[in-house]
Amino acid sequence: MGPAVAEIVFENTTKRFGSITAVDNLSLTVGDGEFVVLLGPTGAGKTTTLRLAAGLEVPNTGRIRVAGVDVTRAPPAERDVAFVFQQYSLYPHYTVYENMAFPLRSPSRRWDEARIEARVREIARLLRIEAKLSNLSTALSGGEMQRVAIGRALVRDPAAFLMDEPLSSLDARLREDLRVELKRIQEDLGATVLYVTHDQMEAMTLADRIGVLAEGRLVQIGTPRQIYSAPASVHVAMRLGSPRINLLPVGALGLADGPAGATTVGVRPEDVILGRGGAVARVIAVEHLGAETVILMESEGNKVHALVGAGAMRHVGEETTVQMLPGTALFFDRDGQRLDAAPTSDAKKPAERAHGT
Amino acid sequence: MSAASTRSVLEPSPWGQRFAALLVILYALITMIPLVWIGLTGLKTPPDAIAYPPKVVFDPSLEGYVNLFTARSRQTPEYMASLPPPTSWYDELVRKRNMVITGPSRFAERYMNSIIIGFGSTFLAVFLGTIAAYGFSRFKVPLKDDLLFFILSTRMMPPIAVAVPIFLMYRALGLSDTHLGMIILYTMVNVSLAVWLLKGFIDEIPMEYEEAALVDGYSRMQAFWKVVLPQAKTGIAATAIFCLIFAWNEYAFALLLTSGNAQTAPPFIPIIIGEGGLDWPAVAAGTTLFLLPIVFFTVLLRQHLLRGITFGAVRK
Repeated sequence: MGPAVAEIVFENTTKRFGSITAVDNLSLTVGDGEFVVLLGPTGAGKTTTLRLAAGLEVPNTGRIRVAGVDVTRAPPAERDVAFVFQQYSLYPHYTVYENMAFPLRSPSRRWDEARIEARVREIARLLRIEAKLSNLSTALSGGEMQRVAIGRALVRDPAAFLMDEPLSSLDARLREDLRVELKRIQEDLGATVLYVTHDQMEAMTLADRIGVLAEGRLVQIGTPRQIYSAPASVHVAMRLGSPRINLLPVGALGLADGPAGATTVGVRPEDVILGRGGAVARVIAVEHLGAETVILMESEGNKVHALVGAGAMRHVGEETTVQMLPGTALFFDRDGQRLDAAPTSDAKKPAERAHGT
Repeated sequence: MSAASTRSVLEPSPWGQRFAALLVILYALITMIPLVWIGLTGLKTPPDAIAYPPKVVFDPSLEGYVNLFTARSRQTPEYMASLPPPTSWYDELVRKRNMVITGPSRFAERYMNSIIIGFGSTFLAVFLGTIAAYGFSRFKVPLKDDLLFFILSTRMMPPIAVAVPIFLMYRALGLSDTHLGMIILYTMVNVSLAVWLLKGFIDEIPMEYEEAALVDGYSRMQAFWKVVLPQAKTGIAATAIFCLIFAWNEYAFALLLTSGNAQTAPPFIPIIIGEGGLDWPAVAAGTTLFLLPIVFFTVLLRQHLLRGITFGAVRK
């Protein structure tokens, strides 16, 4: 088994490329056996963070520890981490077996062949790619390639796994399957994982904790629930939830009484209630998603998205009324930072979570 | 529906394909005829070789090859009559022309020189080219673009334009008429081509492979050997063929810088003409043998020239 405390620690780590600061004074600890997902848009520094942990980049300042060892300037080979790349990066001139055996044959490990074979077969069984071991790595489907790439990381039993959007090149169906499988394997092995994605679904379902990055800074870190229900800023609130959170000026939908200094109010689409009184709204667009329906409305000059049950039939052009579920509003100040909602008149009514009419 | 409607719009029509095939065959015929003629001439007797109208059907003879590999001297009929019976088939062949074999010719030696210099310089050019191309492709090299342009600029004039300085330099350095000198010269000419060709190939190998190898526990050098080189095989093979063809066929410098010791086959083959009349079969035989290594080498590496196998495991 791996070392006793397999954790990744960033201490005030900064990485600059020329004039661009890719990672800005990052401090983050991925605990032993913890699955941390870094979420952020392109260019937020997610991948650079992973590459710093892997040793593919050296930070300008700060330190990085893996399993208690300071690896800030250690070459990748000397770090006990495995990397799963977005593009699989299977060695095309090798078979699946050779790909998976490759890390074990490295000069830093040099296992004997019998031990390698046993290990590769064990992991192949875990990932259900046993039948493909003698295939050339190029003669695989996308899902199989990604399993092999994950397998190549697993065979080593490293202190930590670094995964850079490993599922992003797969189609939706496969991505869902592998996501579930990845979580199962991580829980079975108790593996420490630092995982990068821009897919909020992956982040919500896989993570023990989500770290939201913006422009190289760690904006917020917390459990998926915390990040979703108590985002630190407008930026974080917008990263999670589909359709996106409604951002309205204070006073819209009758939400006048926010805490002092609030300029923007955020309302999740699922907390918008239609046809039960409130502001007058006109339906602009209706998107049926199957189980749910997204309705875009205009009310008092603001566009409002609502997520309602499939039963709620609305038509474009229809007039209705819109209000929000009491106690669900998020208030933000001028700089986009969230303010704690002072107890307001909204909180009087018991929250009723009924979708639609 | 007709068969025509089932094919993709990008695919040429059956008639188009036939026309294309016809063009290729025609082109092949035009380029092959001189080679076939040389091959045939090598198997003719000297009178057949210069017969007019040219003979297409003839009795094959190995006289050209015998003449190529031997030095002979013409004798009087009286002397010929006084000789004991010939001991071998090639002795007999030569005596028919009132000649005796006085020893081996220098062709084998020159041929060997060609092999040493051609393959030696090809190996060096590809070796240096691969390393340089990898460096240019993967590292931040100061003045990279200028250096690459400078490397390419060495090919902007025919190499023979600098023949005089090289001749003087080689004489001063004692490199004239040495194998080493010729290997260095051909390597110098080829390395620029090798760097440019190989840089293109190595640029196409995604960095992720090496990074994966680094994380998997390998050093940069080991990653280069285990991951980059196997994938650059195709490019290396193609580059090697180009380099070899240049070094193998080079005539002007070989004529200028070599004479007794390191002379290669190209300047030697025309000399054969002078030995005992216009011996076209011997020249043709020499040319045929001279072509074989290139043909062999190209066929050997042909499978690597077919591209596209290595690309696909990294999704772009």
